[in-house]
Amino acid sequence: MTSLFSKFEGTAGALGSVVAVGGRNPFAVVIEKPVSSTVGIIEGRETLLFGTNNYLGLSQSKNAIRAAQEAAAACGVGTTGSRIANGTQSLHRQLEKDIAAFFGRRDAMVFSTGYQANLGIISTLAGKGDHLFLDADSHASIYDGSRLSAAEVIRFRHNDPDNLYKRLKRMDGTPGAKLIVVEGIYSMTGNVAPIAEFVAVKKETGAYLLVDEAHSFGVLGENGRGAAEADGVEADVDFIVGTFSKSLGTVGGYCVSDHPELEFVRLNCRPYMFTASLPPEVIAATTAALGDMQAHPELRKQLMANAQQLHAGFVDIGLNASKQATPVIAVTLETAEEAIPMWNRLLELGVYVNLSLPPATPDSRPLLRCSVMATHTPEQIAQAIAIFRQAAAEVGVSPAATAA
Amino acid sequence: MSETVESVSALIIQKLLANPKVPRDIDGNCKIMEDLAFDSLAVMNFVMEVEDSLDVSIPLDKLADIRTINDLAACIVALKNKG
Repeated sequence: MTSLFSKFEGTAGALGSVVAVGGRNPFAVVIEKPVSSTVGIIEGRETLLFGTNNYLGLSQSKNAIRAAQEAAAACGVGTTGSRIANGTQSLHRQLEKDIAAFFGRRDAMVFSTGYQANLGIISTLAGKGDHLFLDADSHASIYDGSRLSAAEVIRFRHNDPDNLYKRLKRMDGTPGAKLIVVEGIYSMTGNVAPIAEFVAVKKETGAYLLVDEAHSFGVLGENGRGAAEADGVEADVDFIVGTFSKSLGTVGGYCVSDHPELEFVRLNCRPYMFTASLPPEVIAATTAALGDMQAHPELRKQLMANAQQLHAGFVDIGLNASKQATPVIAVTLETAEEAIPMWNRLLELGVYVNLSLPPATPDSRPLLRCSVMATHTPEQIAQAIAIFRQAAAEVGVSPAATAA
Repeated sequence: MSETVESVSALIIQKLLANPKVPRDIDGNCKIMEDLAFDSLAVMNFVMEVEDSLDVSIPLDKLADIRTINDLAACIVALKNKG
């Protein structure tokens, strides 16, 4: 009998060697108790959290916690149904109106996760005979959405509007609609997309543009509306997709658009229709967190100042950090043999970051991916930098890795 | 000038040999993932280099059927002739 599980032999071998090198499974870390937005108990120790995507610290928002408690008491803990059946309560529609108003758009759709928002919107908009153009470094949810779609999928070079333009021009005269998909901030590297240049390409080639602002919502732009706002080109972006599970500290995804047909997308979108809607307490907490975010623009300023402090600190101690200082800062190492002990040592010394190993990284080198929060104090950031310096020295991170 | 499977295959091999990690004795029948030890992302990134050299875009669904260097060459020639 052929084993169903023989396909996992590669994973088993790879995981075995990661555990053998470092002593623990980096993909099975347990936060025993969150102490605050910036500190959690891991392996019984207070650990600085520098890998949680909780950019504004709102997972611990007092307003959101209270709203969740009140909603659960008033409405119960679940909807037990799909958005298009019994799973839409007043709270869900109100959140959609609030999100649409925040972005200054005609309408919004709220999904149960950010992953499902990309899966649903991309697969539904791009149908048979259409063409999807994806940035090569797109998130898995974008690739998976393209696999669920019947459209032809073309990949273009990361953050390269000229390469996209060339690929669109090759399709001149080919029937079918064209949809370009890019992200505001890339989750692994912190790279910011040149949205204004993508808009220029879209206009010249008659394509539609979707921007996934998952990591840039609440982070970039004067009002926190993301990379499109920062570039002053929101009106030319057809669809913005995002998540509540980063800046707003809860869970769920959304799509906003001025296209009135979004109403019909709802009735054709399988990841929206065939899953239960978010429970009332999550919707209420998200609405409250959106209010917090709008009421406290200073969080965004503090976030960027903190990102600059961490980034400058990494550069100062000779680490190969991301090009730009955004709240996602990746430290690139040359080999997994360096990255795994370094990650383990950081955790033992009291800093949690994300370990990313190839092929889940863009250029086949491992990353120590850090995310910064507005609620980190300057002292916590200084401590994290000192711990990085100690861990790099102890592990003997090679000089090649320090050449930026 | 129109490309043939042989000429495209030769160009792919030439590009592959520029990578010192690739075995020296490859030919058109080599399986890209198994024989060259490329992971899925390395394959996609390599294909992008070939696409840029030959001014062609290979849709991802077509990539799923490609096993050998000659498969890749045949796919590119078919796409170029269609265009």
